[in-house]
Amino acid sequence: MGTANTLSAGDYTFESIQTLLAKANEPKTGDELANLAADSDAERVAAKRALSQTTLERLRENPVVPYDEDEVTRVIQDAVREPIYERIRDWTVADLREFLVDSSTTDREVRAIRSGLTSEMIAAVTKIMSNMDLVLVTSKMEVTARCNNTIGTEGTLSFRLQPNDPADDVDRILDSTREGLSYGVGDAVIGINPVEDNVGTTTRILEGTHEFIEEWGIPTQNCCLAHVTTQMNAIRDGAPADLIFQSLAGTQVGNDEFGIDVELLDEAHDLAERRCTSSGPNVMYFETGQGAELSGDAHEGVDQLTLEARCYGLAKRYDPFIVNTVVGFIGPEYLYDGRQVIRAGLEDVFMGQLHGISMGIDACYTNHIDADQNDIENLAVLLSAAGANYFITVPMGDDVMLNYQSNSYHDAAALWEIFDLGPAPEFRTWLEEMDIWHDGTLTDRAGDPTIFT
Amino acid sequence: MTMTPIDDTPTGRNEAGDSPDENGLERIVSRNPSRLGVGRAGPRPRTETMLTFQADHGRARDAVLTTVSDAFVEDLDLVKVRTLVEDKDQYLARPDLGAEIPEETVEYLHTQCQQHPDVQVIITDGLSSTAIEANIPDLLPALIDELDERGLSVGTPVFVEFGRVDVMDAIGEELDAECCVNLIGERPGLRTAESLSAYMVYGPKRGAPTAKKSVISNIHAGGLPPVEAGAKIADMLAAMVEQEASGLDLSEGDREFQKG
Repeated sequence: MGTANTLSAGDYTFESIQTLLAKANEPKTGDELANLAADSDAERVAAKRALSQTTLERLRENPVVPYDEDEVTRVIQDAVREPIYERIRDWTVADLREFLVDSSTTDREVRAIRSGLTSEMIAAVTKIMSNMDLVLVTSKMEVTARCNNTIGTEGTLSFRLQPNDPADDVDRILDSTREGLSYGVGDAVIGINPVEDNVGTTTRILEGTHEFIEEWGIPTQNCCLAHVTTQMNAIRDGAPADLIFQSLAGTQVGNDEFGIDVELLDEAHDLAERRCTSSGPNVMYFETGQGAELSGDAHEGVDQLTLEARCYGLAKRYDPFIVNTVVGFIGPEYLYDGRQVIRAGLEDVFMGQLHGISMGIDACYTNHIDADQNDIENLAVLLSAAGANYFITVPMGDDVMLNYQSNSYHDAAALWEIFDLGPAPEFRTWLEEMDIWHDGTLTDRAGDPTIFT
Repeated sequence: MTMTPIDDTPTGRNEAGDSPDENGLERIVSRNPSRLGVGRAGPRPRTETMLTFQADHGRARDAVLTTVSDAFVEDLDLVKVRTLVEDKDQYLARPDLGAEIPEETVEYLHTQCQQHPDVQVIITDGLSSTAIEANIPDLLPALIDELDERGLSVGTPVFVEFGRVDVMDAIGEELDAECCVNLIGERPGLRTAESLSAYMVYGPKRGAPTAKKSVISNIHAGGLPPVEAGAKIADMLAAMVEQEASGLDLSEGDREFQKG
């Protein structure tokens, strides 16, 4: 990187690929806070133009964090299949965009080039795509994965049931689980964020949800979203987990802040394959979100979208069952308002799917950002049209533990009805047997949690 | 249009006769803080449920966007200053600016405030002006009394507009305080917009890491009541002075209330 790579468009020059990538981003407060954003809309578009003329080879050869200094870079670069890369190395980013949006490009053609792409190439093309571009191309890609059920198949839209409780009270967690299931929600995962990150709490939550799933014969998977080491210790002691979870960052320093590295994730993946209670083969669950690295002062001078793409490059190594971005949680200093949240949500799901991972979203907001339920309902409609694999849902959109709002159990049924979609096939059969959901709509008895008492 | 029949309770849920287990539903609703058993209109929430949610969100937004009134600051005889932030929008987008004060404010503080106190008290609107107005009238006098009883001198209380937690580092450093406590409005949830936190640091200095800070959170009438909080904060400050440390450097027993 540096002056040898000087790039320009019109009156603007950009000193490095890193700078060019940052300035080509749609406006985000996080990039402004990091002092990386374009100074004006004119400069932003000049950066997009210069980026569009950059070759994929140049992006491959200039990773945003050097190969020798960062293991995330190494994971991404080492995963590239060289003969596929050779076929596309001369493409410009504009060529890649026009390939992706071409009507003759289907899921099959995308698969044919996928293993030649790096996360930086995927980030770059995202920056020169409009919102509708992102929806169009995401809708072409089908990424499926299998744990106890199958996620991501044509005609389906799945949901994580997130029955969090401020006291980790398992009886109340199961009440919320009953409510969600009665709306047909819960095929992606029944996943709980614990307040107390320890083996005892994690084990209690895993045992409670596992027993409930067994009792009602539900074709889904449980997960307790404690730190990965806590889950590993619980599982080694015999706790029944179907998936192992961890939050990821797009730099080695960022992952260090999270208390993880590639070696630990490899170990977790290995343990999950041997000891998880699910049938697999996909046994990992990851969350990500633009801005996480900057908040830990681990962004290495790189913009938040490019770092987000690198999280997916890392996630891909573990062939996860599900990955979701948590898109409005981190605060207005990273994504200011509904407009920035919607843009980031479309970018993240597109980038995840283009990496070939089973991608969903927590479309959410806190009370200090300029957004409301309408914004995330909009985002849910857009991403259902785009074919995201799943959304997070909480009772009436109100998570009383994490103190933020996300999509509701009600939104799930409405999205199925609007788009003529349904849950994962195994879960669909179960919902029909339980007389909760038939032919695209909820039955009369749906919405009553006491079905499960 | 199909609608699930509901009863007349404010949460609007399935009618008694409709439920296979009415007692079960009552139990679920009454023991959960989550919005459960709310029923539905087709695949959407009942109107009343939706409006209740919107009312709660509106209260939370108002707490973020409104400011503490000048009359409030005057009634409590607080010295008022502002950070480098110019308005609420900038406050939300630039946490770095909310942790520093302008040069002229430093001079103003030197003329208005007692220097070298054992404890400098700062009150900051943070993310909830509602939390300040709801808790400070009870909390501040209680805290000052409790600090007096423990033989700690209290500096001139300062109100900071558009402040972040770390603004206490800058103000405490300028006034050469031994300890600083920042009583700051928490990010509102839908259940309450009145929750306040007390962040504390020993030997305030700009750039002090988060690990050096202690916190007592969830201070509001429905959580840790403000008068009780005054005693707990004073206890922790006394421990900090005694051990000449704060945050993770404090001995474990004295970190008890950090979880909030």
